[in-house]
Amino acid sequence: MNYADEFRDPVKAKGVLGAIARVVDELGATKENPIHIMEICGGHTHAIFRYGLDKLTPPGLEFIHGPGCPVCVLPMSRVDECVEIAENPNVIFTTFGDAMRVPGTKKSLMQAKADGADIRMVYSPLDALELARRNPDREVVFFGLGFETTTPSTALSILQADADGLTNFTIFCNHITVPPPIKALLDDPHMVLDGFVGPGHVSMVIGIKPYEFIARDYGKPIVVAGFEPLDLLQSVLMVLEQIRDGRAEVENQYSRIVPDDGNPVSIAACEEVYEPRPTFEWRGLGEIDASGLRIRDRYKAFDAEVKFDIGYGRNTVFTAEQEGCACGDVMTGRIKPHACPQFGKGCTPEMPLGALMVSSEGACSAYYQYGGLELESVE
Amino acid sequence: MNQVARQPRRVVADKITLAHGGGGKAMRDLIEDVFTSVFCPPGMEDQARLMDAAITVPGARLAFTTDSFVVSPMEFPGGDIGKIAVCGTVNDLAVGGAMPLWLSAAFIIEEGVDIATLRRIAASMQKAAKEAGVSIVTGDTKVVGKGSGDGVFITTSGVGVIAPDRNLLAQTVQPGDVAIVNGVLGDHGAAILAARGDMALDTEIPSDCQPLNQLMEAVLAAAPDTRVARDATRGGLASALNEIADAAGVGIEIGEELLPLRIEVKGVCEILGLDPLYLANEGTLVVFVPEDQANAALAAMQTCEAGRDAVIIGKATKQHPRTVVMKTVFGGLRIVDMLVGEQLPRIC
Repeated sequence: MNYADEFRDPVKAKGVLGAIARVVDELGATKENPIHIMEICGGHTHAIFRYGLDKLTPPGLEFIHGPGCPVCVLPMSRVDECVEIAENPNVIFTTFGDAMRVPGTKKSLMQAKADGADIRMVYSPLDALELARRNPDREVVFFGLGFETTTPSTALSILQADADGLTNFTIFCNHITVPPPIKALLDDPHMVLDGFVGPGHVSMVIGIKPYEFIARDYGKPIVVAGFEPLDLLQSVLMVLEQIRDGRAEVENQYSRIVPDDGNPVSIAACEEVYEPRPTFEWRGLGEIDASGLRIRDRYKAFDAEVKFDIGYGRNTVFTAEQEGCACGDVMTGRIKPHACPQFGKGCTPEMPLGALMVSSEGACSAYYQYGGLELESVE
Repeated sequence: MNQVARQPRRVVADKITLAHGGGGKAMRDLIEDVFTSVFCPPGMEDQARLMDAAITVPGARLAFTTDSFVVSPMEFPGGDIGKIAVCGTVNDLAVGGAMPLWLSAAFIIEEGVDIATLRRIAASMQKAAKEAGVSIVTGDTKVVGKGSGDGVFITTSGVGVIAPDRNLLAQTVQPGDVAIVNGVLGDHGAAILAARGDMALDTEIPSDCQPLNQLMEAVLAAAPDTRVARDATRGGLASALNEIADAAGVGIEIGEELLPLRIEVKGVCEILGLDPLYLANEGTLVVFVPEDQANAALAAMQTCEAGRDAVIIGKATKQHPRTVVMKTVFGGLRIVDMLVGEQLPRIC
């Protein structure tokens, strides 16, 4: 089976790129007055830079990099709380690798590990569950982080822990959902978006219906896209064609993976375990209504916020960003990464000031690593 | 005085205990049974006393290198920590143009390690040493308490000889020089990830771990003006190329579609969000040769077992000095920077 190469066929890509250029031309878009398409997902941002797609599309098309990178939007206060839990001597704190280097106000998890905390990288919450089974005298905490792509596996680990009667396993739940921040972005009067490319892996779980408000209430097209370069290009073309034809619909480019109704088993598991928080802070975006998930009372025995008396918002909400860090402006598309005064100077992947420089899916990190030679020569 | 042939000493335990590091009989038996009877070092003194005709050639220089090995798991498809410990140091010498001669091997062993595992590691070291034509001539063992190590750590140091006329230097790479790799990229890194077993990857990728000294000799014979070679170990091909670009003050451009990658390695990278350019290799080198010697070097590599899949992957350029760029399959250019820290699998 070869599911990768056929979606990277340069000949097909040339054809789609030609079509994109024609539609952008028909729309009369120029470098000065471009069409703005937001790719919501950090995975898409990464793919755009990795394949140099931004250099191949016409200047009249501008990508705005969305908030869909879970470690990028994690507020610093929550990182501080992770460190606080992890530094508890009886705790084994487990996390996805991505989250290790995210700076808190005092330190990152990587630094806390070096200072002696027992922090382990895992690839799935089920690995954390296994650690809990094997270490009955230790308290195992999993850092639940991510969008609808990772939310179901965390829910399943709670259901499994409940079925097994485990008492030493908890989740520090920081799961967030995609649709609310899009609504927040669309409600921002400064926003100039013409359409969206939606994250395919999220829709694999939730389907495409949760995006209907974008087309219906805001009149903007959205196309749910796969992650290969051809997927992305084709989705961009579909968005552009909707704009040209005066349509605003939810379309599914990634139908080989994404059923329109999503995955009912995952949806049911999440419904059972989580409820929306009234509000949750997004780094750079502020508090967004109903955008985060918390563990229902029924499963509070598995809630690290309860067990470690952390709660939500106990630390100062709206934690101040580091001096001079413009992650918020970049996240909302107001400025491009290299327009931040700290970009490549006080803030690099080696010593990130802001979260967008940390993850390979963060817009700043992508600009820094892949960001075109003109940037490099400026340095 | 008549020498009475003495019985070879045997380890009686199944597992390493602190007694095996205590300096007494248990340690002596371990060293003799598990290590020296396999490596057969010359002489019975603690130090090796060595001579080779190659070092007496006027203008010849000694090359000396050292490396520590801490891989987990210790045994994986295509090799084990012992094979890497020998190949790694042999390859460090080889890519500098040296003929590797002698190795030392120092073991830090954690209490509780199976003696049988140590035997397998020692046998594999000896096999790799024989293949590379080097001798393990001296060594050391230490035992640390349970929890103070992770199985076995090995440090090998190596001495080799560089022939008088050879001077491989990254600084000598010039625009137009051609970059060749000897085979597929990322196999070792992907093999280790898969062998750790915590990602439920249902694939067995063998590590590329192999000695490269014979291959290097073939390249240098076919392309006498070879500028530099680097084994692309930790940090992968990307790090090796960046080091060369930086030292030589040239740009380097590679082509994504030219890179030799196993489909399984591509798959592992897709699933985990890793870039094969940064995956570790243990038997992969990149060599820069003048353009007019590139075909000869390539052909010479392809005649060696370790270079069957050798290909040209790019060249040094005047443009964008000190920067490595890759032409993607779509014709876009992207920077291939050095890795920051370690490559961390991403969330989704």
